[in-house]
Amino acid sequence: MEKRPFNDIAYEQFLNEEKLMGTRCQKCGALFVPPRPICIKCYSNKMEWIETKGNGRLAAFTCIAIGPPFMIKEGYDRKHPYVSGVVELEEGARVVARIEGVDGSKPESIKIGIPLRVEFLHRGKANNLKTFLAFKPLDL
Amino acid sequence: MQGRRKLGREVALVGAGMSKFDVFRDKDSKHLFAEAFKEMLLTVDKGIDPRDIDALYLGNFTNDFFVHQGHWGPIISDLLGITPKPATRTEGACASSALAFREGVFAISSGFYDVVLVGGVEEMSKRSTEEVTHGLAMAASPYEVKAGFTFPGVFGATATAYFVKYGANREHLMNVTIKSHNNARLNPKAQFNVSIRDIMNSRIERAKSKRQTIPAWRDEKEFLRDPKANPVVAWPMYLYDCCPISDGASCVLLVGEEIAKKFTDDPLYVVGIGQGSGKGLHAKEDLTYFEATRHAAQEAYELSGFKPEDVQIAEVHDCFSIAEIIHLEDLGFFQPGEGYRAVEEGLTRLDGPKPINTSGGLKCKGHPVGATGTGQLVEIWKQLRGEAGKRQVPIKNLRIGATHSLGGTGGTCTFTILERR
Repeated sequence: MEKRPFNDIAYEQFLNEEKLMGTRCQKCGALFVPPRPICIKCYSNKMEWIETKGNGRLAAFTCIAIGPPFMIKEGYDRKHPYVSGVVELEEGARVVARIEGVDGSKPESIKIGIPLRVEFLHRGKANNLKTFLAFKPLDL
Repeated sequence: MQGRRKLGREVALVGAGMSKFDVFRDKDSKHLFAEAFKEMLLTVDKGIDPRDIDALYLGNFTNDFFVHQGHWGPIISDLLGITPKPATRTEGACASSALAFREGVFAISSGFYDVVLVGGVEEMSKRSTEEVTHGLAMAASPYEVKAGFTFPGVFGATATAYFVKYGANREHLMNVTIKSHNNARLNPKAQFNVSIRDIMNSRIERAKSKRQTIPAWRDEKEFLRDPKANPVVAWPMYLYDCCPISDGASCVLLVGEEIAKKFTDDPLYVVGIGQGSGKGLHAKEDLTYFEATRHAAQEAYELSGFKPEDVQIAEVHDCFSIAEIIHLEDLGFFQPGEGYRAVEEGLTRLDGPKPINTSGGLKCKGHPVGATGTGQLVEIWKQLRGEAGKRQVPIKNLRIGATHSLGGTGGTCTFTILERR
């Protein structure tokens, strides 16, 4: 059984390992992604790690033309907007993530409800590895 | 009217002032707060000796980051000459001074203090748009920041969910923008005190004088649809859907009920206060409302005994056009999914049955974040006392007004109801 603490540090480590992990309440079965140390449905603190399948649907999105410095560094700007969205996972929980494989300069072409598959965007190396959660359309 | 909750002692608002909200190269936070304070002093009908102020509560969000200076409470109490009276800074992102106000109300209603100064200040414009966007994102959830969300981005995503659920579209958001500008045109303190029509005319004049192609916009919506005039920030949020980067300060003076008449024969009473907290985007039950606003409203309505239909006028936190529509629903002014229709029908205009953001709102009055909450109270103070000049609402027997603040991406929301008796 996975023993890592139910916190964001472990969540980030899992992303580095290409796993989208959440916690499930052993008492009431509620699922939380990202993980929560306490069940906010029944207030039990008996949690366990669960790996999601990484399938979901687009629930909401935005195409961002003016981004923060770390996105500008990746080459995004007013002419090249990137897409961030809310993804509803097959298991029911929602996550916020980058949406890849869609054209941020043509927002009308992006439809809410489209099926998506998880992607892991690795940046940096070794001890400085940082992984950004992303999803892309299933039919790509 | 008395609701289920109770304050130990009633609290009255007896003075209110603000600086102009704008982009200032030559005014810093102290200068701006001094302007707001001096104006507030003039609004206290029977006068106030600053030495009688028992405490200061000050809202400020980003000065640590943008000005590299924290600990603003004593800087401002020193500026005003009210040391050694206590000065407490509150931080609730864009609701920072709304939290200061609540603390001030509690301090008086508990009986501990009699006269409390509450205000807010923010100095933002000396940074680039990218730096400000990045700095404000400190108030989003860490997951949102990592996923690349900015504030306009969070509200853009919220808009897409609202559009799909209720069948609204971008044209409906434009109605909010056009209304805000029409109101701000009548507010000399507003950063953009011009209508969209005024902006169109000045662009046309400029094109004529430079012998350039004259834009052929037939109406305000055509101007707003023109990507050159109104570029995208975070689709479907365009420039004119977003509040600007602003500098400014505002403050109000609160006193205990039994001494209110020493300051004015026409005080406003704080009859409802409420505050709520909310989850990040990923954890929300529904992307089309703010649970923190609904809770804040419930608290304030319970305290006041008033219902949404009793509120005659309100300033709501329209950091983005879609936000104003959602607040109208969360505060109970209109049913969920009907806010955008109410705006379209003109119900929230200055001359409508429920005027919203007569000041021009955050969109046009400006949004120096820490100054916004008390800045909204300044507008309601003027309106309820019949002192709003050209933008005075034509409602007869105007006596109930309200203000709503939202911090971050909905993490902190407040609702306040004021009554003139």
